[in-house]
Amino acid sequence: MRIALFLTCFNDTLFPETGKSVVRLLRRLGHDVAFPYEQTCCGRMHFDSGYRRDAAPLARAFATAFAPYDAVVTPSASCAAMVRGRHPLLARDARDKRADAFRERVDAVAPRVFELSEFLVDVLGVEDVGAFFPHTVTYHPTCHSARVLGVGDRPLRLLRKVRGLRLAELPDASECCGFGGAFALKNAETSTAIGADKAAAVMRTGAQVLCADDNSCLAHIGGLLSRRHGGVRVLHLADILAATAPHPELAAYPPGDPAHASLDPVHPAPDRPREGVPR
Amino acid sequence: MTAVRREPAFLGMPPFPEAAHHALADRRLRAELRDTSRTSRSRRAEAVDELPPFVWEKLRRAGAVIKDDVIARLPDHLEELEGSVVAAGGTVHWARDADEANALVIRIAREHAAAEVVGVPAATTRETGLDDALADAGIRVRATAAANAGLTVRGADFAIAETGTVCAVDADENGLRSVTLPDVLVTVLGLEQVLPAWRDLEVFLHLLPRASTGERMSPYVSLWTGVTDDDGPRGFHLILLDNGRSDVLADRMGRQALRCIRCSACLDVCPVYTRVGGQAYGSVPPGPIGAILAPQLRGVNRHDVDAQTASLPYASTLCGACFEACPVRIDIPAVLAHQRAQLTDLGRGPARHREKAAMSAARWGLAEPWRLGLAQHAAALGRHVIARMPHVLAGPLARWTDGRDAPAPPPESFRTWFKRTNGGLDEGGSRDEVPGDTDDETAEGPSATPREEP
Amino acid sequence: MTTSGAPHDLPDTHASHTALEHIDLTGPGPHTATPGRAELPHRPPGLPTDAKAAIMDRLRDALADGGPPEPVAVDRGYRRLHGQGTDLIAMFAERVTDFRTLVARADAFTMVRTTAALLRRAGVRRLAAPPDHRLTWLTAAGAELVGEERQLTDRPRDRADGAVTGCALAIAETGTIVLDGGRYQGRRMLSLLPGYHLCVVRAEQIVGTVPEAVARLDPRRPQTWISGRPTAPAPTEESAPGPRTLHVLLLG
Repeated sequence: MRIALFLTCFNDTLFPETGKSVVRLLRRLGHDVAFPYEQTCCGRMHFDSGYRRDAAPLARAFATAFAPYDAVVTPSASCAAMVRGRHPLLARDARDKRADAFRERVDAVAPRVFELSEFLVDVLGVEDVGAFFPHTVTYHPTCHSARVLGVGDRPLRLLRKVRGLRLAELPDASECCGFGGAFALKNAETSTAIGADKAAAVMRTGAQVLCADDNSCLAHIGGLLSRRHGGVRVLHLADILAATAPHPELAAYPPGDPAHASLDPVHPAPDRPREGVPR
Repeated sequence: MTAVRREPAFLGMPPFPEAAHHALADRRLRAELRDTSRTSRSRRAEAVDELPPFVWEKLRRAGAVIKDDVIARLPDHLEELEGSVVAAGGTVHWARDADEANALVIRIAREHAAAEVVGVPAATTRETGLDDALADAGIRVRATAAANAGLTVRGADFAIAETGTVCAVDADENGLRSVTLPDVLVTVLGLEQVLPAWRDLEVFLHLLPRASTGERMSPYVSLWTGVTDDDGPRGFHLILLDNGRSDVLADRMGRQALRCIRCSACLDVCPVYTRVGGQAYGSVPPGPIGAILAPQLRGVNRHDVDAQTASLPYASTLCGACFEACPVRIDIPAVLAHQRAQLTDLGRGPARHREKAAMSAARWGLAEPWRLGLAQHAAALGRHVIARMPHVLAGPLARWTDGRDAPAPPPESFRTWFKRTNGGLDEGGSRDEVPGDTDDETAEGPSATPREEP
Repeated sequence: MTTSGAPHDLPDTHASHTALEHIDLTGPGPHTATPGRAELPHRPPGLPTDAKAAIMDRLRDALADGGPPEPVAVDRGYRRLHGQGTDLIAMFAERVTDFRTLVARADAFTMVRTTAALLRRAGVRRLAAPPDHRLTWLTAAGAELVGEERQLTDRPRDRADGAVTGCALAIAETGTIVLDGGRYQGRRMLSLLPGYHLCVVRAEQIVGTVPEAVARLDPRRPQTWISGRPTAPAPTEESAPGPRTLHVLLLG
């Protein structure tokens, strides 16, 4: 199986570590992964902002860049949803003389694009990726992963198998973080108001790390947490699944606890008893 | 002929971001919204979860299919409805716009020498501004039916083409009184509220109460078919209101908004609505459905659309919670994106010139991998500036940093790293340590959050 | 006269009375193009017959792009019957009780005693009943029966304390009682009588789900579906009645 990494322009530019994590993770699982240099952007920002004419050439370029591969893995649910759900629409609306080739190519490539947790669980058939991450983590299901792609509990199944990791349940997890792409700029005040509630919910969990499968949402929530000195780090799901040692900036939790202590979710909200949490 | 539309709430409203600014400053409003939406959401979830597995989803799909059929064959269904209502002793009127609908009500009231009518609050009569029109015509309006009231005006939820039956789902007894006590009943109905067959009610009487109030059934459901001898009103007038609906119908993508049964489920799940409330939308109805309906009614595909209208399709994070909650599966995010495209094609989006230039530049930069590489290199050079002065960013990024810290660009893009190290294979040694633990001279690590500068 | 800004001048009240009555009530109505209507001197052409034509034109134009619509098949897979295994009577009783409505179950032997207990509890005596109601058990239970029309009286000493009716059917899943003006139900007005409503539901009238109910009901009858405690309209209106108590007597 020829696997290609579609890192997305956003991660390529701002979060290269996430790309490195995906590469490291897949290699550890015995798969080589190619990075086609022709890739740039899926066109989500253009499409969602109404610039479909600008999005269409990007969709074309995407289909061309990834045509030679059996599977395309991306650490962005949002971009995976764009390729699978919207590229076919752009191809359908194409009217020039190469439109048929565009449609054929999109029809062939789009279904082979997988968000990371889908790829691991559905394509590779693994849940335990051999990771070690001895910290308390809370998981935010982004809107595009939960509602548009429908990744379901795949990320949680992966996280539950990470040694040492404690999962803290995020209240109102399914609620949007308020990022919304261009919304974050066009309606910045509303965006931060929504995000502030998400940040507060994250802080209530007592988790050390907030994890999601999209760095765009994480940049937004992370920016709010940082502004509030929330003391919570944000890490992409790939970064946690690739980890094999304690994070250097976080104290291992709980100190001295055997790495495999507990995989059960904990509910550290102050009004709930911390049952089953070894101290 | 362009319909004259009354839309009192909309006149003079500022564009959404500005209206939202005021709404967000109202702490009491925000607390109220949070509490009420939370309660509604959990009630609704209970009512839906109580049904056996998949039944709700099957009902939603059936509801969408039935409504799409209504939409696709609207003239036929309306002809059939008119025939059925007339056969049952009712009278049918047609109103192109709000003024015509109001004029019809006034005419019927005058014809019955009614100096006072009972006006049961309804979406359609609010839409036409009926109360004001009646007041202007010197007719008093009361909200509650007294015994033996003369004339009552109300809305309804569905009308069945096959039988001429009108169905109203009401929260209190006032609705029942309004179809029982008056001599003459006038119902103002949107064109899209017709349902093809009697049995279709079984779908919508399932969907509407559970989606709107989280009840298994609303407290009162009243059904009437024309007039009945010796029971209820002696006269029944059904006013079928267009008021822009035919414009909505003209847009193949946007016409699914006409499936709406006004349950308001999309409001309580919307992250935007639940922070800013209904006022900020300046539309009736507000919230996600209003954000797709109002622009269509006001002609979002016309060049002269105003700034407030043009701001509505952007008043959403496209999170999809509305689509998920909608009992008739209106894909609101898809329609919003479609309207954004319409606005962009007309050059009418907010901040349109600068944004258009930026989008074109971004497309240019992303069209070729080497251009992206170049941009990344520039960003990496600029990162020292951003890291040291995160609050002095200009342009759109300033809107980001008003409320959030910004991620600093890393020293090296992924593609540069991949090329330089052959995908990490040439970096030497096992690179199997935790992400972030790199020789990267910045301390940011892989996370989006830069540490506070001292 | 036309201060409302309506686009069409309206005839004055007196003049309109006859003319409009002719058009709207006794004639074929404005739903059909009536020959000669345009000759009416006080009505500009365009309202409302032309409104219909204009709307139909707009709708057909709007739909013109798609070609003739595909026939639709509605998947009724949601349809359910509550058959064996579900105690519909218990479910109905439980769900009505969710509305804090009192449900009393009785049979032929206990119904008089049970009814008497309900009436005592509600503190009512004078009940309006539909004319076709079998009344002996009610009088035996201590009720004084007044004719259906007596509810309309304004004299308090003649007024009924409430009403007693049967029902067309009841829906277990939603705890709904449906009245349709049929046997033992009287006119819609009865269900609006202030004070008290005793509704008699026979066990065999209970269906499981909304689809089952819709299939059994006759759309031509005026129907009232009641689910939940009666709620009075806003108390600001001087004519608004007080709250009403609903009791369900479940027979069988």
